[in-house]
Amino acid sequence: MDSRAVAELLRERFPAAVRSVEEFRGETTVTIDRTALRGVMRFLKEDPAARYDLLVDMAGVDCGDGAPRLMVVYLLNSLSHTNRLRVKTGVAEGAEVDTVSDLWQGAEWLEREVYDMFGVRFAGHPDLRRILLTEEFVGHPLRKEFPLAGHEFDKPVDLCAEEETGYTRDV
Amino acid sequence: MSETNLMTINMGPQHPATHGVLRLLLELDGEVVVSVVPHIGYLHRGLEKLAESMTYPQALTLTDRMDYTSGFSNNLSYCLAVEKLLGIEIPKRAQYLRVMLAELQRIAAHLLWLGTHALDLGAMTALFYTFREREEIIEAMELVTGARLTPSFVRIGGLAADIPESFLPRVRAFIASFPGHVDEYETLLTENIIWKKRTRGIAPLSGAECIGYGVTGPPLRASGVNYDVRKAYPYSSYEEFDFSVPLGTSGDVYDRYLVRLQEMRQSLRIVAQAADRLPDGPVAADLPTVVPPAKDAVGKDLAALIRHFKLMEEGFAPPAGEVYSSIESSKGELGFYLISDGTNKPFRMRVRTPSFANLGALPRMIVGEMIADVVAAVGSIDIVLGEIDR
Repeated sequence: MDSRAVAELLRERFPAAVRSVEEFRGETTVTIDRTALRGVMRFLKEDPAARYDLLVDMAGVDCGDGAPRLMVVYLLNSLSHTNRLRVKTGVAEGAEVDTVSDLWQGAEWLEREVYDMFGVRFAGHPDLRRILLTEEFVGHPLRKEFPLAGHEFDKPVDLCAEEETGYTRDV
Repeated sequence: MSETNLMTINMGPQHPATHGVLRLLLELDGEVVVSVVPHIGYLHRGLEKLAESMTYPQALTLTDRMDYTSGFSNNLSYCLAVEKLLGIEIPKRAQYLRVMLAELQRIAAHLLWLGTHALDLGAMTALFYTFREREEIIEAMELVTGARLTPSFVRIGGLAADIPESFLPRVRAFIASFPGHVDEYETLLTENIIWKKRTRGIAPLSGAECIGYGVTGPPLRASGVNYDVRKAYPYSSYEEFDFSVPLGTSGDVYDRYLVRLQEMRQSLRIVAQAADRLPDGPVAADLPTVVPPAKDAVGKDLAALIRHFKLMEEGFAPPAGEVYSSIESSKGELGFYLISDGTNKPFRMRVRTPSFANLGALPRMIVGEMIADVVAAVGSIDIVLGEIDR
């Protein structure tokens, strides 16, 4: 079954959840209602007609002024049917998305990165903390309002406070 | 009453066997790993954010700074994504040259991996052999692209330039000599009893576990799963080349080694076919809005100079839409997910890097193993922190 047929199947099985199906350059993108995401993802992974066994990637997208504010994008690949499907879901500011890390273990890190970069929280994630940035970091840098140079770009980073180590740097 | 004392140690971020700035927080019971928490991000440069501030041609130079052991492949994956977004076809000669150079780059990356992986496990000799051949490839790369590691030679719409005349004879000499060199590496390692004891049955992953973690590339194929982007979603005319996908059975460190060795032989077959059947013609598409004019035209023709200036300054604006395009890099599936809002800068560039997903499976691999085998496991997945942290 190719990705377009899977999208039609989704429309049949989850008529209330499918917001839109788009085709661009031979790729299929399905937009799903956030609250129905888990059921749809489980169906996509387990149904023999779909069998999207590989979660290739997850991406957050900041839509700027658009409503909803953020998007979480899942890129699925079916090894047995050799086709890809993109699933998107809109996330309003402060809303949570259900985790899929129990369906695909790889999602554990991917969801942590989306949280780190966009501040989207995933309900049911076993260990939701920042992955690339430090825990002390303030803000979510891939959001559009975050300045490219970062906050306080010119401020020197004091990795080892002098009073703690008793060591003075020669400047 | 027995008492268990667990010891917590930090491996890295400055540790030679972590191949970069990876920190593993290991909890040990004696020599056995009880748990591990990988800490990444030390090399985070915000490439995805930076790309949003650059035009499409400018963002190209960010890409070869991710996996710096195979810069050419990174460029290729990015350009394929932008070309898909634009909906353009590029000339056959450029496609064949891309394939040829990408496969040479794969061999170079595998050689770097083999030398350092063997070095980690105490087999120092292999490094001196593999770097000898790697140098040949890097020098050939320099001959074509002018750079050793970060070529930025693949351009949107084709290649930056055609190959010089001395390149093909050089490649043919390499094709003739390299199989013998792979035999040399095999003599050093494949039946070496110490090598086998350090690698066989160590850190295995089943096919299902690999798929669950999103592991791709040689580690996935070492577990017996036949998935190679070059076969599943052919790009750059890969469907016209005859090569096989080496598979392993046990998914351990030894099988990952065998798979990569076989891959080098297969890559060489592809290079040979590309060199023999290299079509004539231009190396860039005839698209004035995307491809800059030839350098000598810029010096002579005012219109070309203006076009060059406008392209460098403003780039071009692809239609609004979103695409994902991926290649089989030396480490696995390397993909770019681009969203265009119809302006000259990407609205969002997301990079799917193979090392990120492959490293995610590391805890599954090494919990329950001995601490000395952590080095073998980390080496066997062939990570590059530059593309994990981006």
